[in-house]
Amino acid sequence: MAVSAEPRTGVPTPGPSLRGRTLPTYALPGFAVAAVLLTLLLWATTGFAGRAGFVVFALLLFVALQTLVSFGVEGRRQAVNRLFTTLVTVAFLIALTPLVLIVWYTVKEGAGAISDHFLTHSMFRVDPSEPGGGIYHAIVGTLIQTALATVIAAPLGVLAAIYLVEYGAGRRFARAVSFFVDVMTGVPSIVAGLFIYAFWILALGFQKSGFAGSLALLILMLPVIIRSTEEMLKIVPNDLREASYALGVPKWRTILRVVLPTAIGGIVTGIMLGVARIMGETAPLLLLVGINQRIEFNPFAGTAEQVPQESLPTFIFEQFQLAAGNTDSEPFQRAWGAALVLIVIIGLLSAVARLIARFARVRG
Amino acid sequence: MAKSIDVSGVDIFYGTFKAVEDVSMTIEPRSVTAFIGPSGCGKSTVLRTLNRMHEVIPGARVEGKILLDGEDIYGSNVDPVNVRRTIGMVFQKPNPFPTMSIYDNVIAGLKLAGHTRRTKTDEVVEKSLRAANLWEEVKDRLGKPGAGLSGGQQQRLCIARAIAVEPQVLLMDEPCSALDPISTLAIEDLISDLKDRYTIVIVTHNMQQAARVSDRTAFFNLNGTGQPGRLVEMDDTQKIFSNPSNKRTEDYITGRFG
Repeated sequence: MAVSAEPRTGVPTPGPSLRGRTLPTYALPGFAVAAVLLTLLLWATTGFAGRAGFVVFALLLFVALQTLVSFGVEGRRQAVNRLFTTLVTVAFLIALTPLVLIVWYTVKEGAGAISDHFLTHSMFRVDPSEPGGGIYHAIVGTLIQTALATVIAAPLGVLAAIYLVEYGAGRRFARAVSFFVDVMTGVPSIVAGLFIYAFWILALGFQKSGFAGSLALLILMLPVIIRSTEEMLKIVPNDLREASYALGVPKWRTILRVVLPTAIGGIVTGIMLGVARIMGETAPLLLLVGINQRIEFNPFAGTAEQVPQESLPTFIFEQFQLAAGNTDSEPFQRAWGAALVLIVIIGLLSAVARLIARFARVRG
Repeated sequence: MAKSIDVSGVDIFYGTFKAVEDVSMTIEPRSVTAFIGPSGCGKSTVLRTLNRMHEVIPGARVEGKILLDGEDIYGSNVDPVNVRRTIGMVFQKPNPFPTMSIYDNVIAGLKLAGHTRRTKTDEVVEKSLRAANLWEEVKDRLGKPGAGLSGGQQQRLCIARAIAVEPQVLLMDEPCSALDPISTLAIEDLISDLKDRYTIVIVTHNMQQAARVSDRTAFFNLNGTGQPGRLVEMDDTQKIFSNPSNKRTEDYITGRFG
């Protein structure tokens, strides 16, 4: 009480002030405008030309202006701070650019092709060069093949990860498996396709079919699921396992009822990453499934009368081939339409997975 | 209901490192036994061997005999899961299961161990939470997540969870070290209530706490870094804190430990 009663004004305390000189908030947009104007001037008066050069030059000018002025006014620390803030932001924007461009371009090119008819009809008895036809058969094929691969790979991958983290930890065998999982993550999709071709079709004598494609997809998906589930299980605190053991809960039940529910959000996300990874795979499907114009619900279909399932990636590939570089042609339109549908399906599945992960656990 | 524990000639190892050497002691039923001693002296390690939680750590093993009412808990056909059902444990850091509600946390031991009759769980939850002095605070929000409680409440929830499976012995590994004085007092009161029915062993760094809550006190020490920890002395708490027979115990208790 006595302290607050003392007058506030008085002799200023000696020592360095806490306040420094700072640039006003409008300085930053000011620099940007100045940089653009200067570059415009330069482009108008000298021989410099080109859009890309313009952007790069303006950006460099902006960084230089800001850093130098800040150095003069605010001092070295603030100048460095501003420089790195700008660099990090620019790097982020550059990394984002291709993503945004792909989505934007696909929407722009593909939106025109999308219609009720396009989504609900196949290409059966449609002349590819004429308008009409659709991708229903490809959507059906992609969903069935991906679902089959996921239904097999998800339990297998999660169980393998449980072995690696809960049972094998530190053992030589587990370390070897872990290493091979890493190697498998980098297996090119065409190699997975070749392997299934040699194993399933040449050695075992089966026909090309949607299921053969699923087998290759599951090989590609498995390491993604194992790796992500492993990471998720590792971050479940050991305290929880011990708490469960101390209650007299057996190990398998501890894993099932305590460890897995705690990690379920991450595990579901990992499985979805795997799904997203395989849904657009083309090479193994071209090799193992082939191309069909008809709707085929049976993933095991694969005879002369029953041609194997179509899928979205192979449909896109086929239509691009038919378009032969003609951007006004019907096949070209259909390819972009199918690409857009593929992206939308992957996006929807990711959103659903996030919802599931959110409702799968009790929230605080 | 409460059982006694007889420890004789126990050596405890982490891999090749001998962490504790030659511990022998008797833990009386229906009493509170406190383990005190400097960090690294092996008191938590000894505590964890009493319900076979020690062996959860890869490479850890125990030599010697630990008898629970005359039965060797390290006997050849003894299931560690059954040992842990009989000897419950409360940890240093409150660790309620984050995916479960308060209600489910309390019955987690019963439910996960696989023998519940649905009709009895409500009873068990109320009884355990009352025993842990938490019932009044949480009875209106049993469906809320256990992780949403305060630290002290979480620790009492963990105690409720431990006693819901009706163990014979309750081991507590520094149960108050992460709590404020008021929560600590609540837990200490709880310990005095529980000792009528359970055998309680508590590890603590707080000597006032040991003096307040325990009937018997065991002092552990180690001769130097890298040496195994040893049991220096075990006696009635009053004697340990007023007139210990070992010079090193006296040095530690009076703060002259070097």
